[in-house]
Amino acid sequence: MPSPVIAAKLLTKKYKGFAAVDGISFEVEPGESFGLLGPNGAGKSTTMRMVGAVSTRTSGSLQILGLDPNEHGPEIRSQLGVVPQQDNLDMDLRVRDNLIVYGRYFGISTSACAAKADELLEFAQLSDRRKSKVDDLSGGMKRRLTIARSLMNDPKVLLLDEPTTGLDPQARHILWDRLFRLKEQGTTLLLTTHYMDEAEQLCDRIVVVDKGTIMAEGSPADLIRTYSTREVLELRFGSDNNATVATQMFGIGDRVEVLPDRILIYSNDGDGDLDRIHANGFTPVTSLVRRSSLEDVFLRLTGRSLIE
Amino acid sequence: MSANSDLAPMHPVRPVRKPRAGGIGSLYAGNSRSVIARGLLATRSSSWLIVLSGFFEPVFYLLSLGIGLGALVGSVSTSTGQPVSYAAFIAPALLAVSAMNGAIFDSTWNVFFKMQYARLYEAMLATSLGPLDVALGEIFLALLRGAVYATGFLIVMQVLGLNRSWTAILALPAVLLIAFGFASLGMAITSYMKTFQQMDWINFVMLPMFLFSATFYPLSVYPQAIQWLIQVLPLWHGVELVRGLTTGALSVAMIGHVLYYVVMIAVGLVFTTRRLRALFLD
Repeated sequence: MPSPVIAAKLLTKKYKGFAAVDGISFEVEPGESFGLLGPNGAGKSTTMRMVGAVSTRTSGSLQILGLDPNEHGPEIRSQLGVVPQQDNLDMDLRVRDNLIVYGRYFGISTSACAAKADELLEFAQLSDRRKSKVDDLSGGMKRRLTIARSLMNDPKVLLLDEPTTGLDPQARHILWDRLFRLKEQGTTLLLTTHYMDEAEQLCDRIVVVDKGTIMAEGSPADLIRTYSTREVLELRFGSDNNATVATQMFGIGDRVEVLPDRILIYSNDGDGDLDRIHANGFTPVTSLVRRSSLEDVFLRLTGRSLIE
Repeated sequence: MSANSDLAPMHPVRPVRKPRAGGIGSLYAGNSRSVIARGLLATRSSSWLIVLSGFFEPVFYLLSLGIGLGALVGSVSTSTGQPVSYAAFIAPALLAVSAMNGAIFDSTWNVFFKMQYARLYEAMLATSLGPLDVALGEIFLALLRGAVYATGFLIVMQVLGLNRSWTAILALPAVLLIAFGFASLGMAITSYMKTFQQMDWINFVMLPMFLFSATFYPLSVYPQAIQWLIQVLPLWHGVELVRGLTTGALSVAMIGHVLYYVVMIAVGLVFTTRRLRALFLD
């Protein structure tokens, strides 16, 4: 068993008494794609900053590539690729120069940086924009450039903080494709997201974080199996009737949840349960049987109310 | 999407130098060069009009006050009692000011923008660079701009015959020292600023310092208490140092002026490094 790339034990970060990250433990194996899922303010970015060796932990232990970031910050950072939540590309430099200059921050020679930059522009599908100003790129292109930039030092681990937030569906899919290629080549990925489809697409293993602590851990399929049912039955009886009808749904499905606009029935046999509901004389305005998703798990674990 | 956009045949890249562990290693990777190289490349996209205005400002002062007003004033005594023409009296002061302006422009407004809006330092400090690499690199760039302004101004002085002694050539390293001091302290102060309003405080200090630091008349016109106040501020030391060198009125006090700047550089570097560390590597 190879030693883990990232090992966090009871990792804690406090800001003036408030615990942004409150004793989380996880390990990421080499080549694994690991996701931190959670609502806004769950402590994902703070965790990423500690793993990125740019924030010092308050307590607990943390090892990245076998090194303690408190002692070996620069050495760790030299082996990481970082894609921050907000793009911080160098606006004063053109696209290709952004890559070359960034590579030089790692002490890599200019000629090596130039060759690498051209390869990565190809990879990021930005070769024809090499001389563009960064400001002239679209959001998706900027994101791809940031990812290309993070690969300049051949990182062993790539840290992606909400890589596709704010992108349109086309741009997201292109980005996922690029990240999937990196994963295939054995790059270890640690990513945060609150998009469930993104986590299902990219992550081998996930931890769900809320209020600085870990709520659940496992593969997307495991989590669905443990915290949800195979299928979800969505019924609408009209906003005024949902609550009353729901009380009469005894013995159908594993769990019934009433929302203002619909009733959710967590079930292992959605179609069978729908037939039973019809047989009992209920006539929903609309009904839908769908596969259970990570979103159901997420909402079950972190609740439906807005956390701000 | 092209089929040949695979990542497969990658050139492996190797850092020239392995980052050191612990101690100063967490602050300094010995790679300020890359920060300087970035700055020089970025200069290409900066506005040349703004860059040039910083040079011409003291030249205009010299022409209007030195030549124009100077005709009315006649000659003035330096701090060592040596009489010189009014233009030769204010020219070294304006030289010190041009070094200060160049250094301050780069180390305050430019640094402020990069820190608050461009998030440049955040990106730099996510690499193997340490805060001292960033501070030294940025300060060197500010110093470079100060040196370019000052060299140009020194040439103008030479052409106008305002360099009264061979020691004027030493004004160049002196001016570098002054620029280094202002760049270092300027960046340290800027690192504490959060809003544009706060940045205006810098101008609020700079303008009176420029006008009252024995720039246009000898310090002796002030009552003793005001003289002490002026002598605490950095520009007066720069003015006296450069004036001594260009007029040839050398004195032992100049060693004191040099030491003042050495301390200023050290204090600025310590605070800048500490602050960058606190801001980006907390």
